[in-house]
Amino acid sequence: MGEPATKELLSLDELEAASGVRTGRKHILSITVENKPGVLTRIAGLFARRGFNIDTLAVGPTEDERVSRITLTLDGAVHPIDQVTKQLHKLVNVLKIRDLEPQETLARELAIFKISADGAARTEVMQICEIFRAKIVDVTRRSVIAEITGTCDKVDAFEQLVRPFGLIEMARTGEIAISRGRSET
Amino acid sequence: MRAVDALMECLKAEGVEVVFGLPGGANLPTYDAFYDAGIRHILVRHEAGGGHAAEGYAKATGKVGVSLGTSGPGATNLVTPICDAMMDSVPVVFLTGQVRTELLGTDGFQEADTIGITMPIVKHSFMIQHPLEIPRSIHEAFHIARSGRPGPVVVDIPQDLSRADIPYEPVTDVHLPGYQPTTEGNQKQIRLAAKALANARRPVIYAGGGVISANASAELTELALADRFPVTCTVMGLGGFPAPHEQWLGMLGMHGTRAANYAMDEADLIVAIGARFDDRITGKLSEFAPRAKFIHIDIDPAEISKNVPAHIPIVGDAKNIVPRLTAEYRALEAESGRLEEWWSRINTWRERHPLGYEDSKDSEIKPQYMIQALYEATGGDAIVTSDVGQHQMWTAQYFHFKDPRRWINSGGLGTMGFGLPAAMGAKVGCPDQTVVCVAGDGSVQMNMQELATCAQEGIAIKVFIMNNGYLGMVRQWQELFWDKRYSQVDMGQWPDFVKLAGAYGATGMRLEDKTTLVEDMREALATDGPVLVDVRVTREENTYPMIPAGQPARNMVG
Repeated sequence: MGEPATKELLSLDELEAASGVRTGRKHILSITVENKPGVLTRIAGLFARRGFNIDTLAVGPTEDERVSRITLTLDGAVHPIDQVTKQLHKLVNVLKIRDLEPQETLARELAIFKISADGAARTEVMQICEIFRAKIVDVTRRSVIAEITGTCDKVDAFEQLVRPFGLIEMARTGEIAISRGRSET
Repeated sequence: MRAVDALMECLKAEGVEVVFGLPGGANLPTYDAFYDAGIRHILVRHEAGGGHAAEGYAKATGKVGVSLGTSGPGATNLVTPICDAMMDSVPVVFLTGQVRTELLGTDGFQEADTIGITMPIVKHSFMIQHPLEIPRSIHEAFHIARSGRPGPVVVDIPQDLSRADIPYEPVTDVHLPGYQPTTEGNQKQIRLAAKALANARRPVIYAGGGVISANASAELTELALADRFPVTCTVMGLGGFPAPHEQWLGMLGMHGTRAANYAMDEADLIVAIGARFDDRITGKLSEFAPRAKFIHIDIDPAEISKNVPAHIPIVGDAKNIVPRLTAEYRALEAESGRLEEWWSRINTWRERHPLGYEDSKDSEIKPQYMIQALYEATGGDAIVTSDVGQHQMWTAQYFHFKDPRRWINSGGLGTMGFGLPAAMGAKVGCPDQTVVCVAGDGSVQMNMQELATCAQEGIAIKVFIMNNGYLGMVRQWQELFWDKRYSQVDMGQWPDFVKLAGAYGATGMRLEDKTTLVEDMREALATDGPVLVDVRVTREENTYPMIPAGQPARNMVG
């Protein structure tokens, strides 16, 4: 049991509650789960039931076929993230949850934009694509389809710029992320 | 061996003595296996009765309860007990039949998406997809149900898979990489908590149902006695600390004592053990215990800081943590005199606001007196179950529970119709004990059919109906907060419970006279077999004291 506590006084005023705080920033949670039927439903159901809003959600396989990775982003201004992760941990099929530190994380999203672009507008759209390193993957007389990869912020910025030309359709995957460096996420 | 026979072997290996269930098409193979498996099966009249019976059994014995139903309606009838077990952390394994795999997703006869329907209200569930999964899933289900924070686990077995021939080898381990409950509390935190306690001048121990689940009542009492710490329990925690003790403040919360609620309101340090700061405890959250710092001991990390931020969180098993906290506290040799002032304040509240009611001047039975009489007639030596409503709160207030696992009620979900089947399950688990159900005349009708089960099986429960002819708690709220507009709460004088008892093969009695009540109750308790006692009480009596919903504790009324 180790050494006994010291008899030094402790003022109760010094005690502070640490959890339950809202960070006010976007959080990326990387969740590894057992690759079993119904796991995603359990997670989605938990979020719905507890009133947590998911901003984006991406699911896919990992290097281990028994394990899937779910990457989801949510707003730390709206939810106490520790409550979200603790509730997720209660799901038996959830193996590990990482609340990724923005500085130490590599996050990417894939998006496809169908933009109306005829005549003069086309050159301008193509210029924007070049600046953002977006690829034109389909062209018709009146539209182009651009594919872009990057952080969510970058995709947002691109969207803002092309929207005035006439954004016919857009599809985004939501971010996937892993930690930088050699160690596992 | 057939998968269902392997299932029986698994149940035996888990030490299952009894199951409560009802057969149907989809679980016919399982019932064929029960025919000569040597496991006691109690045939209930409604799956909900079986589910609550399994809960009552689990709560009374501390073992895992088992409840069975067929697919479709069998499973949907189990939804209420499953949710009830989730809310009150009761270890029960629910085995549901499912249609044949080829019919899954086709809206087949008696098909329901049991896993989908129950997903939000289970600790975990298993949808069997291959017969070979059955043995392991059963053992994992029991492991999950009983360990960590206990709870319900559903295993849904398609009919064709349960008939399959499988090689059976006993499973001796479980493999659940994502499930590792923390039981050992952090020593540093425990030490800090001891220090905080030693420096508190107005401490309160606030214990919940977790103390009962953890079998940590003796440890809790030790902690309280390490100094003169005042103790209060939630409705789920009653019996976790002996009610007759002088450090006992009574139950807290909406219908708790003033001493308990005022102590929480003025405390400088609250030690929450296996309790979850439910709204029925806190009242208006922003004004709950405004001066207090919180030590929160719970096996479920998600409970910590969910409703009330904890200053010293300790995650783990109360049975492990509380004695270590006591030892650390003792080592500090804190100066005990510092609590004198606090106790004199508490004692003032106790003297000024004891629990009480105005007794009738004639032979009319006041509901509160009914519970006092029952306490006297049983000598307090009984397992008591209840339904939900006024009678539940009066029982919690006036039946002074000394020991754990003697008070069995539906606290979280508040399920009417819980008490009678729960008593049946408790009696099966503890046949040598007196098992009493205090029911409401409204609640009891929701699972009345189980009297037939009790009669058939010779399960000698004694049901005392507090009959005021009303859905009493709803009537009380309508009186107090809805201008006495009594909307759909008058149940009149139906049914005739004495006749009904006779029809079910139980003994029926009607008691209306206060002066002979204790004697009459003794007679009922001494009568063989199941007994249903219709106790006629004052029709419009209110449960007091009361914190009106959404208000702070200091605004208690009545």
